[in-house]
Amino acid sequence: MKEIVIISGKGGTGKTSLIASFAALAKGKVLVDCDVDAADLHLVLDPSVEDEGDFSGGKKARVLDKACIACGECLTACRFDAVSVPEASSESGIPVINPIFCEGCGVCFRVCPAEAIAFEPAVNGRWFVSKTRCGPLVHARLGIAEGNSGKLVSLLREKARTMAEEKGLPLILIDGSPGIGCPVIASITGSHHVLVVTEPTLSGRHDLFRVLELASHFRIPVSLCINKWDINPDMTEKIEKEAGNRSIPLAGRIRYDSAVTKAQIEGTTVVEYTDAPISGEIRSLWEKTVQNMGQ
Amino acid sequence: MQPMDFFAKPLKLTSDFTGNTMKALTITIASGKGGTGKTTFATNLASVIGKDRAVSLLDCDAEEPNCHLFLNPHIVSAEEVTIPIPEVLPEKCTACGICDEVCEYHAIIVIKDQVLVFPELCHSCGACLRFCPEGAIIERGKTIGRIERGNAAGIRFVHGFLNIGEIMTPAVIRRVQKEERDADIRIIDAPPGTSCPVIEAVKDADFVLLVTESTPFGLYDLKLAVDMVRQIGIPCAVAINRSTIGDDRVNAYCRQEDIPVLVEIPDDRKIAEAYSRGRLISEADREYENLFRNLWKSITGLVEKKRTDGSITENKRRS
Repeated sequence: MKEIVIISGKGGTGKTSLIASFAALAKGKVLVDCDVDAADLHLVLDPSVEDEGDFSGGKKARVLDKACIACGECLTACRFDAVSVPEASSESGIPVINPIFCEGCGVCFRVCPAEAIAFEPAVNGRWFVSKTRCGPLVHARLGIAEGNSGKLVSLLREKARTMAEEKGLPLILIDGSPGIGCPVIASITGSHHVLVVTEPTLSGRHDLFRVLELASHFRIPVSLCINKWDINPDMTEKIEKEAGNRSIPLAGRIRYDSAVTKAQIEGTTVVEYTDAPISGEIRSLWEKTVQNMGQ
Repeated sequence: MQPMDFFAKPLKLTSDFTGNTMKALTITIASGKGGTGKTTFATNLASVIGKDRAVSLLDCDAEEPNCHLFLNPHIVSAEEVTIPIPEVLPEKCTACGICDEVCEYHAIIVIKDQVLVFPELCHSCGACLRFCPEGAIIERGKTIGRIERGNAAGIRFVHGFLNIGEIMTPAVIRRVQKEERDADIRIIDAPPGTSCPVIEAVKDADFVLLVTESTPFGLYDLKLAVDMVRQIGIPCAVAINRSTIGDDRVNAYCRQEDIPVLVEIPDDRKIAEAYSRGRLISEADREYENLFRNLWKSITGLVEKKRTDGSITENKRRS
């Protein structure tokens, strides 16, 4: 079983639109949306949820007002600026812990001399296993303002691997998130191939090289796609040449086409929406990516 | 949803690492979805404001910072960003196992008489050294990124870079946020998403401008971003970029939720080209210069209005 991940560094280069089309083209796979804090793949795949559950990535602390003696130990012990005394409690001096800033370290709970802090597993999000017309989809919703996105990504990949094994499916297709941080690292580590999708802009180029460095840091084979290549053909050539100098195989160029947005509005994928040349380009991008992975 | 009462004026003002209070008017540019135009808005706004007033631009997208590509700042100083990581002093350690017990992140473990530290898992909470009965743990700084300060055509500029392979993005953003607190106006470019790095970039703001595009992905992620700023309790407004590529659902949502739409920018090849070459559209085109000037007027107008009706208290909430 092989795992392919699409990432980009820069956001908005077209990861989700491309993987949705791959979903319509590829046979025998499980889809995973690992962009857990802005998951969009479900918007074009119309999933029906078959199994779901809570995700807990850590604990959170909470002050038990009745037991609190307002000694202030927790205020000084917290390194994450999560404990404060709100104006409404200025007389009692009883603090509150802001769950958004609580890192779940438990230091306040342990320093409290009055056992006035509860420290319990928190629900940080929800995972889903769904059926779609393009095959099974594993996705999630990370709670707003939650951390632990890396742990949630790992959980989704684990579920997808189990499902692929059970159903004998040879491929896992993973939609990653922008950036180079925790959720991206959790999406690519241990995968077989990374397809980096960039755009021919100065920002796209800048972010591409950071993400290529990340993939090479984790020793994962990469290939490159330039999306919307015709908005700046010179930049496209420049990026392809630079990638060539680093022996990064090219998987394809995709033109700019308003059909991408139109398909999204129709709630479908580009290759299902149109037979225009862009769909042919996406098809050969997919074939080339599979080829690159095999090498 | 009502803002949580944590943000009602706190009694204690100095729980920040720095103990600084802040006088700057801070506007953060954020979005749920990536690639909607945060950097375009942050750099062009800073550029038009900078023509009349002192302004500081802080690029807090520490995983993929891009503002420098458009402003070409002259960098005058740089500093490493470090986070404290425990180091065990073998001569004092008795391998009692308490550090292992109190670490929620499994970043320090004790096997027989050996203590192992895993710096990449450490959140720098300080539990291990606080609870070590032998005083056998100290902290040393581990470099995870850097910040750079500079100037660009009258704009004071700061950005942060997370090192490749590191994950503590919020710590780099926190470090960038400590800069320019005495400035008059701070414009902050946030990372995409709604999770912990974004919270760090948004939490000190007086006002958040959410940049979206008129597509289903743009709308879905905008809703998440609106939920986020409402949970933190910061007033926000929306800017719709490439407003002509999709449908009217973003506008309809904003009307329904009573969120002001301050500007709509059509899909314009001129902008895409300027962007792809790293040029500021407000410098290349008078029409766009006026558009960003008017946007700034709308933002300050809204901030003023929110201040008088009390929904923005002095920005000393958590600083």
